[in-house]
Amino acid sequence: MDTHTHERRKERLDRGIKVRTEGIYAISSWQETSYLVLPRLILILGLLLLPLLMPSLYWNRVTSIVCIYVLLALGFDFLSNFVGLVSLGGAFFIGTGGYIAAILNKSLGFPIYLTLPMATLGGGLICTLLLLPCLPLRGVYFAIVTLMYPLVLARIIEALNIFGGTDGILGVAGFPGKGVEQYLIIIIVIIALFGLRRLVNEDIGLVFRGVKDNDQAVRASGLSITLYKSIAVFIASALGSLGGAYIAHIYMWSGISQFALDFSIIPIAATVVGGGGTLVGPLLGCFILVPISELLRAFGTLRIVFYALLLVVFIMFRSEGIMVYAQRKYHQFERWVKV
Amino acid sequence: MSQEGLLDVTGVSKYFGGIQALLDVSFTVHQGEVFGIIGPNGSGKTTLVNCITGFVRMDSGRILHRGKDITNHPPNRIANLGITRTFQIMRPYYSLPAYKNLVIPLFSPRARRTGGWRGGGKLGNRETVSIDILEEIGFERDSFVPYKLASSLPTGYLKRLELARCLALRPEIILCDEVFSGLSMSEIASMVPLIEKLQMDGITLIMVEHRLKELFRVANRVMVLNFGQKLIEGPPDRVIEDEKVKEAYLGSEKVLEYKFEV
Repeated sequence: MDTHTHERRKERLDRGIKVRTEGIYAISSWQETSYLVLPRLILILGLLLLPLLMPSLYWNRVTSIVCIYVLLALGFDFLSNFVGLVSLGGAFFIGTGGYIAAILNKSLGFPIYLTLPMATLGGGLICTLLLLPCLPLRGVYFAIVTLMYPLVLARIIEALNIFGGTDGILGVAGFPGKGVEQYLIIIIVIIALFGLRRLVNEDIGLVFRGVKDNDQAVRASGLSITLYKSIAVFIASALGSLGGAYIAHIYMWSGISQFALDFSIIPIAATVVGGGGTLVGPLLGCFILVPISELLRAFGTLRIVFYALLLVVFIMFRSEGIMVYAQRKYHQFERWVKV
Repeated sequence: MSQEGLLDVTGVSKYFGGIQALLDVSFTVHQGEVFGIIGPNGSGKTTLVNCITGFVRMDSGRILHRGKDITNHPPNRIANLGITRTFQIMRPYYSLPAYKNLVIPLFSPRARRTGGWRGGGKLGNRETVSIDILEEIGFERDSFVPYKLASSLPTGYLKRLELARCLALRPEIILCDEVFSGLSMSEIASMVPLIEKLQMDGITLIMVEHRLKELFRVANRVMVLNFGQKLIEGPPDRVIEDEKVKEAYLGSEKVLEYKFEV
């Protein structure tokens, strides 16, 4: 008879590979590598497969729109959780980018592969310059100012009847094909996500986080907070403007409805649902909220009621957000090992 | 003294509304000395530090650094000249580990001039350099302390972190705003050699202090402020003998006590 029973104990997977502090890993086996790589790989593959899995043209279009919201949500999460600027400027960025792309394409005849980068940089520049005077503001005050800009710009366009007035700019060039339209934005989203994650962990990212934590100490460290805040605003608004230019080309139209408040509010809701400060969270939040809002169209006018209920439930019972919860659970993941 | 100092402060005045925080304060600090600023609570010591480092705009007065006017420059420009400060109420980046706290000052234009884009020049990247600085200031290199979040560090380490932030900028002058306050006696005892070491490294120190015993051990000259005005300036032993100072600040019995210890 086998008297020797195998003793087993639980072992946490992340303990062995974390070195002293968060974010530094020592990997020595395939198992440990996959522990770190797998979640990221699943995300990337999932995003890339998305257009193939979608059943109809309608849902393909929804995918593109979700990706545009992701760009806004990434910018929002970056600004609010890493720089300390709560921005409601989503509509502002989208509108600016959309109009720049439409004007460049329609009036100057630039092709789509030029208007997108130009609208990204130009939109980022314009938004940053307009927001420059309010950069010393913090918290809710900055939020209010960023909320005013899209409203003001929409009324100016309406009142002065410039840029097509209430009709908007019609006949903007569309994308050459469905595949291009979707894969381009998905690749942009992946680059933006991993690029921002890299950025916030670089030395300059630490400066951004320092500005959020303690801006006076940053000044005492010999760094201008206005400079670093404006770099951060430029990054976020360039992402938003890229989304705006994309929308203009998808709908082949640019108008004052691009200054709609949806673009400011949904990114915030997505960040709350997905988990702020993780950058992946807002992405996940967008992929949950926007399709649900589409599915709820079946309820007609009651759509908003269900939508609001869903958000309230989320905020009450999972206020930290899905990703914060999931990451914690993933790091606590245990396996049985023989002693 | 006709000789031009490292830092010349002339006629600094500051009003907060109707309250006069500083009135016509002038002094000169020379290369390599330890200059103490003492005074009762509310006498304007911290405001003076804020004025010199640009955190508060002064109403009148001039500040010269090596003969160059730096009056009312923004704080980051002043810090980049090597005039650094600690905060009385510590201002670490609480959400970052201690060693990452130092990456931010190492990213400043002044530190980059010597350290290059990667941060430490030949010494490695910014994180390696910041561990070196932390060791110099009393964080044990091989312990977990430098890797802990600043929010979980005790006051003694946070005070050191304040000094470390100044050191990361390779300072000429450090304005220490009460580095000894809030520390236990043993923590203070281990801090004093640090201050002496900074002085030996050729760094000029301006120390605002309430802990007179420790200050008088290291300071070459002391200035006394009362209600925003300068009472007297001189060597520590002469300053505490002054009648005006006794009256305004120390109280005669305490002076006797301190006299024995100096």
